[in-house]
Amino acid sequence: MSPPMVKAEAVRKRFGRLEVLKGVSLEVEAGEVVCMIGPSGSGKSTFLRCINHLEKIDAGRLSVDGDLVGYHQVGDKIYEQRDAEVCRDRSEIGMVFQQFNLFGHMTALQNVIEAPVHVRKVPKKQAIAAAKVLLERVGLGHRLDNYPSQLSGGEQQRVAIARALAMGPKLMLFDEPTSALDPELVGEVLEVMKSLAFDFKTTMIVVTHEMGFAREAADRVLMMDDGKIIEEGPPEHFFTAPREERTKQFLSAIL
Amino acid sequence: MATDTAEPAASEEIKPIPVRHPGRWVAIGILAFLGIALGNSMASNSRFQWGVIRHFLFDDRILRGVVVTIELTLSAMAIGIALGVLLAVMRLSPNPIVASVSWVYIWLFRGTPVLVQILLWYNIAALYPRFSLGIPFGPTFAHFSAASVITPFVAGMLALGLNEGAYMAEIVRAGIVSVPEGQTQAAQSLGMTRLLTMRRIVLPQAMRVIIPPTGNETISMLKTTSLVSVIALSPPELLYAAQLIYFVNYRVIQLLLVACIWYLVLTTIATIGQYYVERHYARGASRELPDTPLQRLRRNLFTRRPATQEIAEASGERR
Repeated sequence: MSPPMVKAEAVRKRFGRLEVLKGVSLEVEAGEVVCMIGPSGSGKSTFLRCINHLEKIDAGRLSVDGDLVGYHQVGDKIYEQRDAEVCRDRSEIGMVFQQFNLFGHMTALQNVIEAPVHVRKVPKKQAIAAAKVLLERVGLGHRLDNYPSQLSGGEQQRVAIARALAMGPKLMLFDEPTSALDPELVGEVLEVMKSLAFDFKTTMIVVTHEMGFAREAADRVLMMDDGKIIEEGPPEHFFTAPREERTKQFLSAIL
Repeated sequence: MATDTAEPAASEEIKPIPVRHPGRWVAIGILAFLGIALGNSMASNSRFQWGVIRHFLFDDRILRGVVVTIELTLSAMAIGIALGVLLAVMRLSPNPIVASVSWVYIWLFRGTPVLVQILLWYNIAALYPRFSLGIPFGPTFAHFSAASVITPFVAGMLALGLNEGAYMAEIVRAGIVSVPEGQTQAAQSLGMTRLLTMRRIVLPQAMRVIIPPTGNETISMLKTTSLVSVIALSPPELLYAAQLIYFVNYRVIQLLLVACIWYLVLTTIATIGQYYVERHYARGASRELPDTPLQRLRRNLFTRRPATQEIAEASGERR
């Protein structure tokens, strides 16, 4: 059997005195779409950032596709990975941020080809052709030469998704991808994400409060609170019979 | 623009009688009087000897001095910028030794007067009469005497450039930290290394913050090169060239004014250059760049339209 795409065992992370993750355990299979919900400060984003080693974990084990994140193990010794190895691993995991974080000095097309050309050394012509296909797929075939400041929030986020997809990731992480958007622009971004889930069977971990999206696209929903996963189940479970009192409170506040 | 979508036909254009500003005319009158008085006194004061100024303005020795001043400025700024980027990146390095070496350099070179540094470099032969290239404590491949390597021009260039590096380091560092953290994270999440992120993502965006003060530094450098006049360059830079002439003919004021005129010409050109470089790096930062003064002039000269429409255009959409 192939290893799970993401496997977390009692992952802990602290910032100074503040313990943000207090033992998170989770398995995500290839092709699965998992939504994470929970109040702000519950550690959802931190956990996501640990998965591609933007943050180092302090305890526990975290592996992606069978390999430890940020370390490699020989016998019972654990070695820190070199910078180049960390970068290679990261290049296989796509990440989409709440604030889009498009490169401001580059056009939409340049944003998308940047990593393929300079990290993967794909010939520029080939990268451009692939980028055009991706931007077309997110509905922005007509916006290739626009700078991020000339795009709406929804368009920027769709470019950001295309940028992440350009590296052909085996796993996509979405960190509240629609929280910074005007309400009327949320739909277009969710449509793109749904198409990734349904048409391309992309493995996705999505931190979101869009319960509509969770209901339609997610295989599983996780509820995080105070650094731990307190409840998980299929989306219907959360709409019909949430178990924990904290989950009920939270859902009634956002729905 | 957006407001007249409802019924453009019904809304009547406002043609108000403008407010009068008598105070402005009084101010203009006073300033004009003072300007004319000053101009008259300068023109009628025969001690200015405008003829002498005109005669020396395009003197060969002065023109060569202008060229040397430009060469000194460009080479010192090139050293300063390269060193500044290096020191800034070192300063932000996670390696504490590397970071503190940068700190000490800035402390040393920013903390001592540039005039003293020029004199020190000029007299470096007193400390190191000979340089040799080779492996430390091992064989040497070549020897140079300090006097042949550190010519006055090289001493001036090194002193100005190394000093400038300390200032540029702070400017570049400010530019780097002005780029939002999210840009670095996005680059990292795409698998870009620290160096690649710095080169492709952070520095280009830092340029918008770095360019304006760098322009100031260049303009300042054009003038600071005059300090090098104390170490007798050959061929001399602008100020020393002027001095060499007035040492002989005693037209001190006239030649100093000639130097001033040339310094003004150079700084003016640098200012114009700065404007266009800033504009280049502003792309992507604002939705649309405003017209340059030249474009505005051309548009005003060659397109005719009723005055009111022009006002609407100026305040509303461009193009």
